[in-house]
Parts: sequence; structure tokens; C-alpha cells
Amino acid sequence: MALFNAVLELADDHLVLGHRISEWCGHAPMLEEDLAMPNMALDLIGTARTLYAYAAQLEGQGRSEDDMAYLRGEREYRNLLLCERPNEDFAHTMLRQLYFAAFMHPYWQTAQASGDAVIAGVAGKAVKEMAYHIRHAGEWVVRLGDGTEESAQRMKDAVEALHAYTGELFEAGATQDVDDLPDRSAIRDQWETTIDDIFAQAGLSRPVVQFPQLGGRDGRHGEGLGHLLAEMQSVYRAHPGATW
Amino acid sequence: MSGEVPLWEVFIRPRNGLSHKHVGSIHAADEVMAVQAARDVYTRRGEGNSIWVVPSKAITASDPAHADENFEPTSDKIYRHPTFYDIPEEVGHM
Amino acid sequence: MYSQGLIGADGRTNETPEFLERFQRRIDAEEKIEPNDEMPEGYRRTLVRQIGQHAHSEIVGMLPEGNWITRAPSLRRKAALLAKVQDEGGHGLYLYSAAETLGVSREEMTEELLDGRAKYSSIFNYPTLSWADIGTIGWLVDGAAIMNQIPLCRCSFGPYARAMIRVCKEESFHQRQGYEIVMTLAQGSPEQKEMAQDSLNRWWWPSIMMFGPHDADSQHSDQSMTWKIKRFSNDELRQKFIDATVPQAEYLGLTIPDPDLKWNEEKGGYDHGPIDWDEFWRVVKGHGPMAKDRIKARKKAWDDGKWVRDAALAHAEKRQARKMAAE
Repeated sequence: MALFNAVLELADDHLVLGHRISEWCGHAPMLEEDLAMPNMALDLIGTARTLYAYAAQLEGQGRSEDDMAYLRGEREYRNLLLCERPNEDFAHTMLRQLYFAAFMHPYWQTAQASGDAVIAGVAGKAVKEMAYHIRHAGEWVVRLGDGTEESAQRMKDAVEALHAYTGELFEAGATQDVDDLPDRSAIRDQWETTIDDIFAQAGLSRPVVQFPQLGGRDGRHGEGLGHLLAEMQSVYRAHPGATW
Repeated sequence: MSGEVPLWEVFIRPRNGLSHKHVGSIHAADEVMAVQAARDVYTRRGEGNSIWVVPSKAITASDPAHADENFEPTSDKIYRHPTFYDIPEEVGHM
Repeated sequence: MYSQGLIGADGRTNETPEFLERFQRRIDAEEKIEPNDEMPEGYRRTLVRQIGQHAHSEIVGMLPEGNWITRAPSLRRKAALLAKVQDEGGHGLYLYSAAETLGVSREEMTEELLDGRAKYSSIFNYPTLSWADIGTIGWLVDGAAIMNQIPLCRCSFGPYARAMIRVCKEESFHQRQGYEIVMTLAQGSPEQKEMAQDSLNRWWWPSIMMFGPHDADSQHSDQSMTWKIKRFSNDELRQKFIDATVPQAEYLGLTIPDPDLKWNEEKGGYDHGPIDWDEFWRVVKGHGPMAKDRIKARKKAWDDGKWVRDAALAHAEKRQARKMAAE
């Protein structure tokens, strides 16, 4: 059950963040980004699908990947609060992406050696995707941090708004009793190095967080997630048992 | 700032052993952004393993008005082609 | 080449009868015209207008379908729809690039779209009201677009033809995913089937209208055909589309909302009922149900994105300066 819960946490992180990025589609600041952001969203949603299917298999109750995604409510979702934060502006969106990818890249790197074949398989694919997300989002963080007075201010505001959610990345959550998944707290150093390097180029500094925002792993979310899920699940739930 | 984001030409090498081929263009402020945009736009279906980007304004094109003087004079130099030379069949492939 | 080499080049032509005749001979010989080649001003203008409209249609077309990305009823559908809408963005991008070879910038074209000077396909001014609309748009709207676009792969203007080849290659999955969605609904619960029929009822006529006015009423058609920008007339393409689509609807057990639709043995095609041209012109002239919302959404994306584009340019400049200073 511990592995099931841990896999579900990871799946929720990826789906919720992928969904958030997909909200940009057709509304990006330039056409090239209208192509770049769906690439990132598709990476995340793809990983979520594999993980949901695996969670369903571990559970053995006959649920499908879609049942996992569409029939659980906000109290049952286990995603990091960071992943559900609203898009706000392009600065927030890119920073959120960087924060997440800078964690997941070393995470998957370690997980490639997992004794669990499915996890090791997902890791092998996801590690490359996350490396690109770090590069793409990281470049934007630098570009916006360094760009104009307005963009630098927006970047600072984003750091101010989102940094308190990063502590949750390193919490054990359901991973606690699972040997086949990396120790999340051990990733902190690498994550900080990645962020510090990018922040140095962007003219940003990493704030000290006194009161980290936690609770996603216990289903204690912000108010935004309920709306996200209500929208995402509306059609699926309106037609119970239907095939799409 | 009211400048336009510059245009870049994108060249993709489909696989090792082939040369980079022009596939289209993208807009980007700098070369880093240009490579990423080219990757995100032109390699979504496994089209290649290497990307070149070149600022469009860096390309100098030959003038179509000079096409005749540039390219016509070669058309009668048929001795540059192997089929110009007669080699008896018994000599074999050459 | 999608090269900007043309910008600043002298686009003026001395359009004597001899010049026009020489140009027409190249067209008739199926030679491709490339951006830097001499061409009649009318040819250039027609292409800028047509490619621009085509690009805008792809970009505005992201909105009605994008409307359902966040509600797609399975993760598989969500991924496919996202990839499809992304493709539309890519197609817009290829097309803007093709137009840019003629010396007009993407920014200029975007401004024309936003202030209403440039048109786009009216079909996107209808709302997507149910999940079935995502299927129907793929099946009918992309189906109609493919009918139009396949002949454009042989268009006389090289960059446009090349863009269309890439577009058609990518688009072949769009119609199939659309049809698969509608098929799943048509074979699903009574509510799902009703959703599919309702969607077909709303999209059929706008799809038929996508091919434009009847040949007799189409102003630009003749010249475009002579220049081989266009290869088939509006009515020819419309007929091909109807003939291809009717059996597909029959297979699904759905009814095409045209009581006059019947097979005509003599011409080997379907006859269809009268098209409501008043509605067509109303929507073309910008009074479609979603017209204002579509432009508003595009304008918002463009305006909200300005600080991002400005920042990218400013950063590029600073980087360049730092690089120079270091050397």
C-alpha cells in the first residue's frame, strides 16, 4: 500500500502540473511558446498516465488510469501544493516549472537504479524530459530576471509567491516506507545548487522561508485545486461508466 | 522596447550521415532561445538529431536576376559528366 | 528558402504584357515561383492575403478546441487534443513564415488580425458546446481543410507549397482522431449518441460553407486559378467533401441535417440543399457568435505577452553587450 500511495502522489504531481501548463495553450506570449508549453505538458501528462496505470495495477481493484484521475476529489488528491499553484503570469509559470523540474531531474536520475522495473522505466524516460524542462524554464527565468525592469519585478514577485511551496518537495510523504523510490530529502542539495546557479544569472536570490506551505500530501490543498478538478472531471463524471 | 523578435532559419539533420537541411523558420530573441524554439517546433515527430539556427538577416542570397549568368554557362560543359566519355563495354564498369 | 532575403529587395515589377506573359509561361510550365523571383504585384498581394488568412485561421482555430483541453474526458484524449491544438499553432507558424518570405512580418500580420483588417476562417466563430464538438471539428472541419490543403501542396508559390506539405503530413492524424471521437460517441450511451448528432447538426452547414461562395459568385477565383495558387474551384472541393463525408456519417448511424441531400446517379455525386448565404456573409463580416470573443482572446494573449517579448529582446541585447565587453 505504501508504494501505491507513493506512486499516486507522483502521478498527481505530474497530472496537476501538466494540466496547469495546458491551460496556456493558445494564449502564450509568443507563438513559439504556444508550441513549447504543450511539449512540457505532454511530457508530464504522459508520465502521469503511466504512473496512474501502475497505481491501479498495484491496487488490483480494477480501476483504470482515468478512474484514478477523474474520480478522486480534492481531499483525495495528493499532489504538491506547488504543482497546483495558478499560472498567474509567464514568470510564475516558468519559475514553477523550474522548481519542479530541478527536483524531479535528480529524483529520476536516482530512480533509474530502482529495483522496481516500472519506476526505473519511467525514470529513464522522464530524466531526459526534466533535463529539458530545467533548460527551457531556467533560460526563461534568467531572461526575465535579467530583461527589463518590469520582467525583473515580475520574476521577483514570482519567487516571493512560490518559494514557500518548495519545502514540500523534500518531504517524505508516502515514500517514507518505500525502498524502491529515492529519498526525497537527499535531493535538497542538488536542487539548491541548480536553483542558485540559475538565480545568480537571473539576478535573483533564494529567500529564506520561515513558514513553508505544506499539506498537499495529506489532501489539504489550496482553494484552486477544487476548481481545477471540477473542470477537469466534469464530462467524465456527468456520464458514469461511459467510454470516450 | 518595441522591436520585433528576429527571424531565424532552422536546419535539421535527420540522422547522422546526412547533412542539415533547411526546414523552416522561427522567431527568437537570441540564439539560445532560437535552438529551443526550433527543437519545440520542428522536432516534435522525431525529425532529427541535430539543429542549426542562423539569423535570417545573415543569409545572403544570389540575385534571381543573375540566374542566367550564374547558372546557364555550365549547361554546355557536358565534358564534366562521366557519360561524356566513351569506354568500351569490355573494359567493365568505371 | 524561407529566407527573409526578400525584405528590402525591390518588389516592384514592370508589368508590361510581355512581363505578365513571361510569368504566366513559367506558371503554365509548372515552375515554382520563389520569394526573390520577379512576380506581378497582384500575385504577391494575393499570396500575402491568402497565406496570412490561412495562418490566422490556424491560430484562431486553437481557441475553440483549446476550450476543451482542460475538460477532455480521458487522459488519452487530453494528450491527443493538446498535441492537436499544438499542431495548429505550428501550422500557423509555418504559414506566417511562408508569408514572411514575401516581405511582411508576423507582427504586421498579427496587428492586422487584431484590428480586424485581416480575416480568418469563419468556422472558428462558432462556439464549441460539448465534447462531441471536438470530434466533429476534427472530422468535418479538418476534413474540409484537408480537401483545400492537399491541392495547395502543388501551389505555384514555393514557400506556400512547402509549408502545406508539412501541414498536410501532420494533419493526417487530426481528422482520424476526430472521427474516432465521434465514432466512440455514436457507439456509446444514448446521451453520447445524442451529443454526437447535436454536434453534427450544428457543424454541418458551417463546414459546407468553409469552401466559400459558389463559383459564380466568387470574385478572386479565376485569377487565382490561372496563377495556380488555387487548383480547384470552391464548388468542386465542396462536392468532393460532401461525397466523401456522407458515407462516413452513414457508417456512424448519424443523420446529416440536410433533408434535400440525395445521391445523383447522373453526376456520380450527392445533391445538397440550399446553403444559407445570408448566414455565411453575416459570419464572414464578423457577426459570428464568437467573433468578438476570439479576437479579444488573441488580443489579450498578444498584449499580455508584450512584456515577455520585450524582456527577451532586452536580455538578448544585454547578453550581446556583455559578450562584446568580454572579448
